[in-house]
Amino acid sequence: MFAYIMRRLGVLFVILFGSSFILYNLAAISGDPLEGLRTSSEPSAKQQIITLTRELDLNVPPPVRYFLWLRGILGLFVGKLDFGNARNGQAVSTLVQHAIPVTIRLVTMATVVAIILGITVGIVTALRQYSRFDYAMTFVSFLMYSLPVFWVAVLLKQYLAIRFNTFLSNPNVPIGWNIVFSCVTGIFWAGVISGNRKRVSQIFFGVALGNAALLQLLSTLNWFTHPGLGPVVLFGAGIGVAYGVTQISVGINNKAALRASQTMALLALISYYPSQYLLKHSPHVSTLLLMLLFTLLLGAGVGRIFAKIDRGPIMRTSTLTGLVLAFLMLLDKLMQTWFPYLSTDAVNGRPVPTIGQMNALLDQSDFWMSTLDTLMHLVLPTIALTLISFAGYVRFTRGTLLDVLNADYIRTARAKGLTERTVIMRHAFRNTLIPLTTIIVVDFAGIIGGAIITESVFGWVGMGTLFRQAIGSFDLNLLMAVFFITASLSVLANLIADLLYSALDPRIRVGAGK
Amino acid sequence: MALFKRKNVELASADASENAIANKETEGLSQRQIVVKRFLHHKVAVASVFVLVTLTLFVYTALDFKLGPWKIHGWWKYKIEDIPELRTADCAGGNVGCPTWSLRPKFLGGAGIGFGEHPFGQDDIGRDYFALVMKGAQRSIMVMFIVGIVGGTLGTIIGAIAGFFRGTVDAVLMRFTDFVITIPSIIIGSVIGFHFGNLGATFLALYLGLFSWTGLSRLVRGEFLKLRELEFVDAARVAGASNRRIIFKHILPNAVGVIIVTVTLLMSGAILLETALSYIGFGVVAPDVSLGLLISQYQDSFTSRPYLFWYPGFFIIAIALSVNFIGDGLRDAFDPRQRRRLTLKDRRVGRAEKKAVE
Repeated sequence: MFAYIMRRLGVLFVILFGSSFILYNLAAISGDPLEGLRTSSEPSAKQQIITLTRELDLNVPPPVRYFLWLRGILGLFVGKLDFGNARNGQAVSTLVQHAIPVTIRLVTMATVVAIILGITVGIVTALRQYSRFDYAMTFVSFLMYSLPVFWVAVLLKQYLAIRFNTFLSNPNVPIGWNIVFSCVTGIFWAGVISGNRKRVSQIFFGVALGNAALLQLLSTLNWFTHPGLGPVVLFGAGIGVAYGVTQISVGINNKAALRASQTMALLALISYYPSQYLLKHSPHVSTLLLMLLFTLLLGAGVGRIFAKIDRGPIMRTSTLTGLVLAFLMLLDKLMQTWFPYLSTDAVNGRPVPTIGQMNALLDQSDFWMSTLDTLMHLVLPTIALTLISFAGYVRFTRGTLLDVLNADYIRTARAKGLTERTVIMRHAFRNTLIPLTTIIVVDFAGIIGGAIITESVFGWVGMGTLFRQAIGSFDLNLLMAVFFITASLSVLANLIADLLYSALDPRIRVGAGK
Repeated sequence: MALFKRKNVELASADASENAIANKETEGLSQRQIVVKRFLHHKVAVASVFVLVTLTLFVYTALDFKLGPWKIHGWWKYKIEDIPELRTADCAGGNVGCPTWSLRPKFLGGAGIGFGEHPFGQDDIGRDYFALVMKGAQRSIMVMFIVGIVGGTLGTIIGAIAGFFRGTVDAVLMRFTDFVITIPSIIIGSVIGFHFGNLGATFLALYLGLFSWTGLSRLVRGEFLKLRELEFVDAARVAGASNRRIIFKHILPNAVGVIIVTVTLLMSGAILLETALSYIGFGVVAPDVSLGLLISQYQDSFTSRPYLFWYPGFFIIAIALSVNFIGDGLRDAFDPRQRRRLTLKDRRVGRAEKKAVE
């Protein structure tokens, strides 16, 4: 194994060396960084040419200059990575250091949302193969697959952000929208759950009417400007979450797991006010991490108390419930920040921004305000990126799950008399996750390069912006830095994907034989 | 959750009857006939072929078409170079150059079914937007096909050689593939597009094709590794067939499903990449026209003149979507494990037959 990894890493370095050499030369001969200055009539132009030539070693021919650049990169091994200087004299390393977190923030959120939604919808479409829901979802995912992201972005800005902001100035859901929205959710859930005609219509009307009533209630309560959950709703949601998580995780018939999860909901209710106090008076990331740790321990502990046999799955169930509830509590806290956030001068009642990565006018000293601000700026780019990558996950999950469901061991599992839930969640789904993991790893690396367009549409200053700046001004060092990072990430991701695959699937051995 | 409470009792018997139906359907047909038949069964894919062909013909015949010394006149009255006067009449909200196409007949108070003077409106200086969109769509379709042809050919050849010869050849070619994969196509496209954008869309397309074959070559290699071990290859070799003959006559036809499906995906990806590059200014550059370029030029006027933004987008989506659906139909058609969905009628016939046997 070790030898295999070393060999792969060795090959990887050779590849990176070769491709960077080619790109360096290609970029170097494709444009002259001094072109603008040569034709300029400014008196200082000549001086600038001399300075730039000296600083960027422009008098050295590109193939040789590449090795000067490489020397800086190889500093990586002695802890002195040097990407050289950008045209304006700034160190590229500094620029990149500021840009990477921005891009990662942008990409992470979208990838996570796309994965969760995509896998869920993919599973449901596979289980409902050839149903109307399946066809509808197939169409929707193909449509999303064909959307140009820059086009969607403009539409989102216009129809989602600006409309929503305007809506907030008079937060009453118009009756027409309410009807449309309720019908759509009704059709969606009827499609997901499905059944015979009577059942489908029951579900449709139940969901649609419930939704319509809820929306009406929320607008009457002015919830859209003063949102929040409060302990009672949280407890109710907690009970629901307990049932849902238990059903998916171990099956509703496992009474111990159900009780453990319900206890978690009760504990959430009890700890509501203490945790709110803590969040208010000690707003730090460390507090959040501490609370996360506490939730994990509590979940495991409660699970252990209730479990007589089968400790693992029950502890897992209660911990999962606890995590969902902790997330809801955090959401509640953010919702409470919503109204103060809306009424600041910087936001002025229009909370969904169409451009930028943070509100420069907003006072960023308050932890919750700045967190909410960051999140609000993430909303549109995340939706745009999610829409695009969602489709791929749906198609992939559906295809893989269908393949797995046709396998012999699934037939065996059914023949043993296992419940359908166990067959799907334990036998089929887990095996579907193996190829999915590798896809996700590779995608994540790829999407960082692909965020260039999204960044440019939404005016984020991340790697994409650096890249565009580099190309626009013939800034070779900057371009190579962006390339080097995206390329290393992508080759590393491929290596990790291969290793993960072998770790997850015992049938596949890397490095054994050749 | 009702999600899991699906009755699977039917499955076993359905499986058997499904097999019977599938066998009956493919009896006495060649592989190609089966594929064509299966493809025709995929209604959306067939409709997409129709849409794509119609769209391509519509777009390419609209403007003057030059092919060497010949020149075919387009049926549309304006060219992209024409600058007719900005139309001010009949526009709502004091706009100028609004679109004139209409589907509302005259007796309902509309302008009648037809294109009118400027169906998609006019841009800032009065150029006919319909002509511009047609030109942009021509560019996109051309880029799509060139990338498909170049990338498809390269990927197939490299993958086939690597998979067939294995050993050192394989190792070298696959490392070379890894090597090309490290260069993200958007970066290479930008570098090329920005500096050589004036060389035209054809050049851009060729370049994109040169860097887009990697995924295909890996798949083809896998397929070749699998197929070369099968008996019919041994048989061909014993019969004295050369390597070239085995690759092209025996193995390649069996791998063609993977190739075609991947190439369609490559093509739909190419059109999105080209428009995206043109949008950020690194692809097709003015004075040439591209759908992405049109969108980036007029996105700021979205609130006042949304049509300048809508039409190019619709064309991108229509082309990409139909290519994607064709790919889906082909995948279904080529997949040997794929069995046709049983319709209600099939089930009824099957049940009746079963009863008759009993």
